[in-house]
Amino acid sequence: MSKTIDSRIPEGPVAEKWTNYKAHQKLVNPKNKRKLDIIVVGTGLAGASAAASLGEMGFHVLNFCIQDSPRRAHSIAAQGGINAAKNYQNDGDSVYRLFYDTVKGGDYRAREANVYRLAEVSNSIIDQCVAQGVPFAREYGGMLANRSFGGAQVSRTFYAKGQTGQQLLLGAYSALSCQVNAGTVKLYTRYEMLDVVLIDGRARGIIARNLITGEIERFAAHAVVIGTGGYGNAYFLSTNAMGCNCSAAIACYRKGAYFANPSYVQIHPTCIPVHGDKQSKLTLMSESLRNDGRIWVPKKLEDAKALQAGTKKGSQIPEEDRDYYLERRYPAFGNLVPRDVASRAAKERCDKGFGVNNTGLAVFLDFSEAIRDFGKDTIAARYGNLFDMYEEITDVSPYNEPMMIYPAIHYTMGGVWVDYELQTSVKGLFAIGECNFSDHGANRLGASALMQGLADGYFVLPYTIQNYLADQITVPRFSTSLPEFDQAEKDVKDRIARLMNIKGKSSVDSIHKKLGRIMWDYVGMGRTAEGLQKGIQMIKELRKEFYTDLFIPQLDGVNTELEKALRLEDFFLMGLLVAHDALTRNESCGGHFREEYQTEEGEAKRDDENYFYVGCWEYQGDDEKDPVLYKEPLVYEAIKVQTRNYKS
Amino acid sequence: MANISFTIKYWKQNGPKDKGHFDTHEMKNIPDDTSFLEMLDILNEELISAGKEPFVFDHDCREGICGMCSLYINGTPHGKTERGATTCQLYMRKFKDGDTITVEPWRSAGFPVIKDCMVDRTAFDKIIQAGGYTTVRTGQPQDANAILIPKADADEAMDCASCIGCGACVAACKNGSAMLFVSSKVSQLALLPQGKVEAARRAKNMIAKMDELGFGNCTNTRACEAVCPKCETISNIARLNREFIKAKLAD
Repeated sequence: MSKTIDSRIPEGPVAEKWTNYKAHQKLVNPKNKRKLDIIVVGTGLAGASAAASLGEMGFHVLNFCIQDSPRRAHSIAAQGGINAAKNYQNDGDSVYRLFYDTVKGGDYRAREANVYRLAEVSNSIIDQCVAQGVPFAREYGGMLANRSFGGAQVSRTFYAKGQTGQQLLLGAYSALSCQVNAGTVKLYTRYEMLDVVLIDGRARGIIARNLITGEIERFAAHAVVIGTGGYGNAYFLSTNAMGCNCSAAIACYRKGAYFANPSYVQIHPTCIPVHGDKQSKLTLMSESLRNDGRIWVPKKLEDAKALQAGTKKGSQIPEEDRDYYLERRYPAFGNLVPRDVASRAAKERCDKGFGVNNTGLAVFLDFSEAIRDFGKDTIAARYGNLFDMYEEITDVSPYNEPMMIYPAIHYTMGGVWVDYELQTSVKGLFAIGECNFSDHGANRLGASALMQGLADGYFVLPYTIQNYLADQITVPRFSTSLPEFDQAEKDVKDRIARLMNIKGKSSVDSIHKKLGRIMWDYVGMGRTAEGLQKGIQMIKELRKEFYTDLFIPQLDGVNTELEKALRLEDFFLMGLLVAHDALTRNESCGGHFREEYQTEEGEAKRDDENYFYVGCWEYQGDDEKDPVLYKEPLVYEAIKVQTRNYKS
Repeated sequence: MANISFTIKYWKQNGPKDKGHFDTHEMKNIPDDTSFLEMLDILNEELISAGKEPFVFDHDCREGICGMCSLYINGTPHGKTERGATTCQLYMRKFKDGDTITVEPWRSAGFPVIKDCMVDRTAFDKIIQAGGYTTVRTGQPQDANAILIPKADADEAMDCASCIGCGACVAACKNGSAMLFVSSKVSQLALLPQGKVEAARRAKNMIAKMDELGFGNCTNTRACEAVCPKCETISNIARLNREFIKAKLAD
């Protein structure tokens, strides 16, 4: 069975596509904009910037978030920075180079046209944020400062201490607040979208649960946009916030939107290692640390054993006995190789027994040389807040002892499939930011998530959605008493009743932890066909346990266990999607590493002949049925596809 | 690493109108490298397995930046963390075996309780909506380097902008004043050329909204800066007062 997947990429050379598109797309005139309602779900970088921009254009926007304030969306936690092709450092950067680095960093699995557009609008993002009062780091001359990030040989990353995501989100939040004040955007905080409502095949509204009253409510609009983030919490332990979930994306998937490339999950190399079974989340240490920190493990196994037993400290191991394995394996990029490469290299060393903590699952990130060369004050000015955070958690000061780090689930490149206009395979339903799949291919470079979220929200969606809405100006506002809303609300209520009536013994978290363990062990950093098949079986068995042994307290109003249970039910479906996609993709690329497909040196072995496509998965009407795969072939016109090389 | 046992007294309140009360629970053998919120996760697991209602509290990122967590621990907002940390960065190694730990919600007229320790902080959003922004249309600004900003100003603006909007300042203040929150935003934008255009309007509108929403006045007790997890200082309040007086004089 096959379906043609049309990505609707405009004609013309890659550098002219976006300009041509904007010149010829349909627009909605100001008077008609006021007649059109748009639902935006999510208030992170993508959601808030989209809602603000659409409101300012004159559309009537309804904006939802699960937190108590839009300012708390998880974009807030991004530390390191945001990329742009400004070439302020005069180091040879350009739109083309950012485009090229992003495509290469994504292991040649992203859509060229989308990535070019991303690189093209990147500079406007910086201008926009500065105008909003985002206090980016500056040089003494008053110009903006930059730092380097993985996968690039230029300094193109703009930053605000180690809180860049916070400052960018507060910028978008302030723009959103301005529009709320102007009356163009209505905010719905502590609301969770549970379903999307289709009328004649088009997205026309959502069903959401009021998290305070527990009421199920209906909202209608001419178009629905989701900007609800990634699915990293399917692994339970991740760097995501506790509330991050994939339920809005899965709701769209259940209603017919394709889910693309779910197996591309990013494992971030620099996180604080797991310490015990009570742990609820993992803490990221910004990639920017790799600018000055050097990553190593001991050369000698006996040293590693002593570190694991706690009889030796990292600082006691002499220079000549240290293996700076990234610098050894990848001389050209050294400690600044992309995240997937750095993560796998850490796993490889630890699997061989060179891990440096009591679990054997950690490597060192060492600042002693940087402190010696630049002085403690300079390093404190660059990373002080990160060092403090590390010490707070581990009780060890990185000024005295090397940090211990290990890879952890961080970001998901896969997501809801969208075309060039960011429209899903369901008409009138759009996906932006991390929750779509489009720009990062199989691996995302550092400081590119913030760039993509804001590019989608400020500069892409507000244009492309008009091409859809231009046909809708004569469609009157929808009533939420239409039978489609009745049915959707009934489905949601039935689903909640089903979960509430299981009345078993296991808490949501206890089952979620088990799912996370299966995902990490069988669908994690090193995957095999055999392991994935086993993982799929185990997930299905655990899901049976979920449906027979789940316990949710019978409460009206606030019911946090019910919220988590609904999300966990969706994580099961998500976990299966990741596993199916990983099993089908018989190659290694970016964040997807199949142990059967590696070179003799242990590098990822891609198979462009057979897997040069976007994997689009279609729901088959029932959670129990396996999804069906369609393929969107990738077409590269501007860039020659080659093996990724960070060695020379 | 060691394990500790202690008694936890936690606030239960079913909605803003309920009187509320403390429940207690004995916590046994909690590893001291557990974070405070992970300890509350364990509490909830134990409550759920005993068929009791879980304890409701706000939390999300668990790395000290989202501002969601809002617990009054042993009489201090966020608990006695190292300076510059929120509850999620508080670890059980800061407590002793045999302690009694009391957990309460933010208590302030501006933040009504929703349930247990979950409070309603939408008042903060309303204050920002009254003027905590520069009015700038998407896609129209000039090049980011067209206006040079001295590093010292940018750094100071960054310090002011670090506020996470958690509300600890209000909870700690005997007057329930939101001045530290308001002044941090006003200061950030007043320090930057981009924010100067609307400075007067902003200061007036945000203060008017703050008063309207029932937050109290500042009497310089400095309780707010003592508990601020992001080390915002009351020099921001002095700057806000200057901005406000300037605006009033110009009227």
